[in-house]
Amino acid sequence: MSSTSFEIVRAKGDETESVGRVVYEHPFVVRLCHWLNAISLFVMVGSGLQIFRAFPSFGAKIPQKDLLNWPKTFAIGGWLGGALQWHLTFMWIYMATGLVYVGYELFSGNYRQVLFTHRDIPGVWPMIRHYFFFGPKPPQREAYNSLQKHAYTSAIALGILSVLTGLAIWRPVQFSWLAWFVGGFHWARLWHFLVMWAILAFVFGHLIMVVLHGWNNFVSMLTGWKKDPEY
Amino acid sequence: MARTKIAQRSIDQATLTRVSRRELLKLTPLLVLGAFAIPSFQESLLKKGLGFSDWASARLFRGGHLAPTFADSEVTPFEKFPINDYDVDDPGVIFENWSLTVGGLVQKPGEYRLPQIQSLPRIRQNTRHVCVEGWDVIGRFGGARLSDFLAMIGADTSARFIAVSCADDYYETLDMATALHPQTLLCYEMYDQPLTREHGAPLRLNIPTKIGYKQAKYLTELKVTNVVNKVGYWEDQGYSSFYGL
Repeated sequence: MSSTSFEIVRAKGDETESVGRVVYEHPFVVRLCHWLNAISLFVMVGSGLQIFRAFPSFGAKIPQKDLLNWPKTFAIGGWLGGALQWHLTFMWIYMATGLVYVGYELFSGNYRQVLFTHRDIPGVWPMIRHYFFFGPKPPQREAYNSLQKHAYTSAIALGILSVLTGLAIWRPVQFSWLAWFVGGFHWARLWHFLVMWAILAFVFGHLIMVVLHGWNNFVSMLTGWKKDPEY
Repeated sequence: MARTKIAQRSIDQATLTRVSRRELLKLTPLLVLGAFAIPSFQESLLKKGLGFSDWASARLFRGGHLAPTFADSEVTPFEKFPINDYDVDDPGVIFENWSLTVGGLVQKPGEYRLPQIQSLPRIRQNTRHVCVEGWDVIGRFGGARLSDFLAMIGADTSARFIAVSCADDYYETLDMATALHPQTLLCYEMYDQPLTREHGAPLRLNIPTKIGYKQAKYLTELKVTNVVNKVGYWEDQGYSSFYGL
């Protein structure tokens, strides 16, 4: 998918001068789903942790050995009943957003610029070396580098896993085949919890990258337009 | 497939500002979600959200789909089967006087004693009991099919709900589809012994297709009805009304 780079011009006397370049990076659907997901993921994690507080263990009930005591202040809902209301309300927004996003990416062909494929494997290590070990900056030829593609593709896969494991916990009888597929009720609960931490790890890295890549990059996820792109 | 740049086109700065602003405004519908943060809207929005989940759950329920059952070796030991109550572990039921008061849309209302219920075919099942808190155990339950009891009392099975009351002032309602499910039991036994006081003696509900809190203990009354004002002890505090598993 090709993109058009624009020269930003403004009048200067009788002539025009260039004040930079701009590219249209993110279509409306992508931006809408991004922010919808940010909001709903925030609520799902917050309320999920409050639900977890009701039985913070993956072992037996008798005797109960808690895995970790997550503080109420960093959770949403206040109590189990409240947390379930948030979780079971926002899960529909979360699932619908995911479906719309993935559907749009496939239907528009936009997925090609963000999907991690075998061709991206060689590019991963140079990017890690540059980000974490002061390696040289690899030349950027496309909108997303290999490491970014890996991150964003993994994030989608994790999102899908969070839904599948969540559905197995919520409906272990009606979706008994799904519960079986993820290893049973106990494993569904554990995978759901672990996938949440993996998603949080992604969000942490993502936020750092957003900060590091500056204001123009951030604005592009609001307006779609990125000023002075690197490519 | 790398992106390729076409020949540079130009855009006027003022146009870019206008276009950017318009694109940003397109996102403003997201602010609607902000209603969830406003206290006066929050409660009713969350209630509607939970109501939608319950509606979807009821649509997903299949009367012919059985909850998984387990081998005797997989059953949780009796001492490790937790006891949850909201008031007391033993509301002091006097077994000699106990009867189940049956009313509502039934042909044969009145008092039913335990031997009558025990005269119906006894079903024993090893099923998973899931608590809303997140833990679960596999128990061994025995009793009469609720559907058989409903036939005995001449219940109108086109009615929407079964409503039960308990000796400890707990109360619950059950949708008719679940009441008629073959694994829904009027349970009077656990682990092949009569129910102990802590586990709901002499009669409780065992419903492997429902969350734990719907499986009321110490039953004293059963009504077949179309109208329900109070759904259940926990539901009326904000928990899910349907909560089928």
